[in-house]
Amino acid sequence: MSQIKIANLQKSFGDFTAVKNSNLTINDKEFFVLLGPSGCGKTTTLRMIAGLELPTSGEIYLGEEEVGMLRASERDIAFVFQLFALYPHMNVKNNLSFPLKMQGFSRSEIKTRVEEAAKLLRIDHILNSSISSLSGGDRQRVALGRALVRRPKAFLMDEPLGTLDAEFRELMCLELKKLHIDIGATTVYVTHDQLEAMSLADRIAVMDGGEILQADEPAVIYNKPVTKFVASFIGSPGMNFINIDQGISNEQSTLNIEGTNFNIPKQYEISKSKKNSFGIRPENLSLTNEGGLKGSVFGVEYLGSRKIVTVKTNFGEIKVKTNISTSVKINENVQVKPSNNNIIIFDGETDRSLKSEFMN
Amino acid sequence: MDTSRSYLEPSSFSKKLAATIIIVYTVITLIPISWMVMTSFKNVNSAISYPPEVFFEPSLEGYVNLFTNRSRQSQEYLDSLPPPENWYEELVRSREMVITGPSKFLGRYSNSMIIGFGSTFASVFLGALAAYAFSRFRVPLKDDLLFFILSTRMFPPIAVAVPIFIMYRKLGLGDTHLGMIILYTVVNLSLAVWLLKGFMDEIPKEYEEAAMIDGYSRLQAFFKVVLPQAMTGIAATAIFCMIFSWNEYAFAVLLTQFNAQTAPPFIPTIIGEGGLDWPAIGAGTTLFLLPVMIFTIILRKHLLRGITFGAVRK
Repeated sequence: MSQIKIANLQKSFGDFTAVKNSNLTINDKEFFVLLGPSGCGKTTTLRMIAGLELPTSGEIYLGEEEVGMLRASERDIAFVFQLFALYPHMNVKNNLSFPLKMQGFSRSEIKTRVEEAAKLLRIDHILNSSISSLSGGDRQRVALGRALVRRPKAFLMDEPLGTLDAEFRELMCLELKKLHIDIGATTVYVTHDQLEAMSLADRIAVMDGGEILQADEPAVIYNKPVTKFVASFIGSPGMNFINIDQGISNEQSTLNIEGTNFNIPKQYEISKSKKNSFGIRPENLSLTNEGGLKGSVFGVEYLGSRKIVTVKTNFGEIKVKTNISTSVKINENVQVKPSNNNIIIFDGETDRSLKSEFMN
Repeated sequence: MDTSRSYLEPSSFSKKLAATIIIVYTVITLIPISWMVMTSFKNVNSAISYPPEVFFEPSLEGYVNLFTNRSRQSQEYLDSLPPPENWYEELVRSREMVITGPSKFLGRYSNSMIIGFGSTFASVFLGALAAYAFSRFRVPLKDDLLFFILSTRMFPPIAVAVPIFIMYRKLGLGDTHLGMIILYTVVNLSLAVWLLKGFMDEIPKEYEEAAMIDGYSRLQAFFKVVLPQAMTGIAATAIFCMIFSWNEYAFAVLLTQFNAQTAPPFIPTIIGEGGLDWPAIGAGTTLFLLPVMIFTIILRKHLLRGITFGAVRK
């Protein structure tokens, strides 16, 4: 197992730049998730690490070795495809032993390794079945098994749970996490599903438009997003933004919106932009009768333990996650107020978060 | 009336109609073939008798004549010979002839085999490689190249007979097996490339990517993963190529005489005494039909899958 490092990685297809100047270090034994909407360059990044695409420029290090221009077969990595890509003309056992045959292992060694992997993934009872007779979950396990038997330096997975139904996806998520803990393999996992990313990852990199916007632990990504995109992409619902047509000065700790003063974390950065926005997560807001932003209730969603109240204000719709006991009616006049100081000001020009007491 | 059937299931009327049409069509196409097989088992006289005989006493004379050269002898000479050693000598003697040696049929037949299977293999192999490249790689001017390849089929191949004849004479390829294999491969290749490209396009590229990740080179991945999955397409293509090169007549007449002559130009030249030897010709064409028939039956399973291939995305 080893560390993966990419430096100044760039990939263009003609005029289109799929991955822009990316830098990333994935630690040994880490479960690392590349998260982003479709077309953000996450799969291209993964395929470059795998050697299925060659970078336009930049380097990829697998351990100490620079592998950027090596063929896929010359890098010691395993790849799990979204559609599994199990060889349909071979049975399960042959699928699992296919990568080992190339490496010239003895027949007995192949047998041991295949049985070991099959046992770990609980597919030892279907070793002689044909691929077409397997369920989605078993196919998934065989695909993982084919990656496992080689004991590669790293596992790369391209939305491997994407084709499974919701119930099964949850189960496989748990299995994947457990498997990762058991074998401690460096894993790079691509997904567009933030829940999957949050539950699996040691660290997440959020990508958009070919750029890595933020790479950090799930809690940091969630609580302290560094760009407006990350803030809105992560979380369900995403962060609320209130446009404030005023600049931010150093050490500023209150903000006047519609004549009401709100406390904000002490700011350490100056922004002269007139398009700054005030970002706050729905669970950090509460409904009140006075001292908040005025609006009327537009919709109420019940989420079992919580309720999401959508309030229509002069600044657009604001979502508030409240206690289930809060009772509001549609069209009722309410006010919305931050319940703590987890507030981020985003610069209107760069969409980046400004440094503050909270965003340090 | 049965109203419980599914909307997807054809009605019993349309099923019956389809069956009737198929049966009528089959009978129409089978009449010449069964007539040919019947002729091969007739004797020279019953083959040309009028009105035609549908019921006749079967004879192997046609097959014996096909495989032997014979000469007519006087009764005295025949009487002076030792008794015939086997059934076919006896059959020939009853016609007041003796066997002078084997005919050229077997040689022509094996020429057909070598050239037919050789060019089929070459077309499918080269076609598969080209189709794979067109399907997977960013080939410059891809569409133009594909159209160019297809355009070689837009005129009847015989239209270029004269240049090919001259070219083959200069190159010393006339009347050689290699020359005929190359010629039929060239004619079949465009069909093979186009057919196989369609099949290759249907195979997700993830399979060979998986194989390459598993440590195989692209070429190894092609042979171990792509080709086995393209079997349906390969079978269908092989049958088409085989049928063409097996049946080809015009170029065979033009370019081959002795060494590499195939069966099609040979069979019509089987001349008996006082006219064409119809039973022998019937026997020759019947035997000529067998390899393609067997080849098609062997690959039939793949062919049927090939027709519906890609209709449903797995």
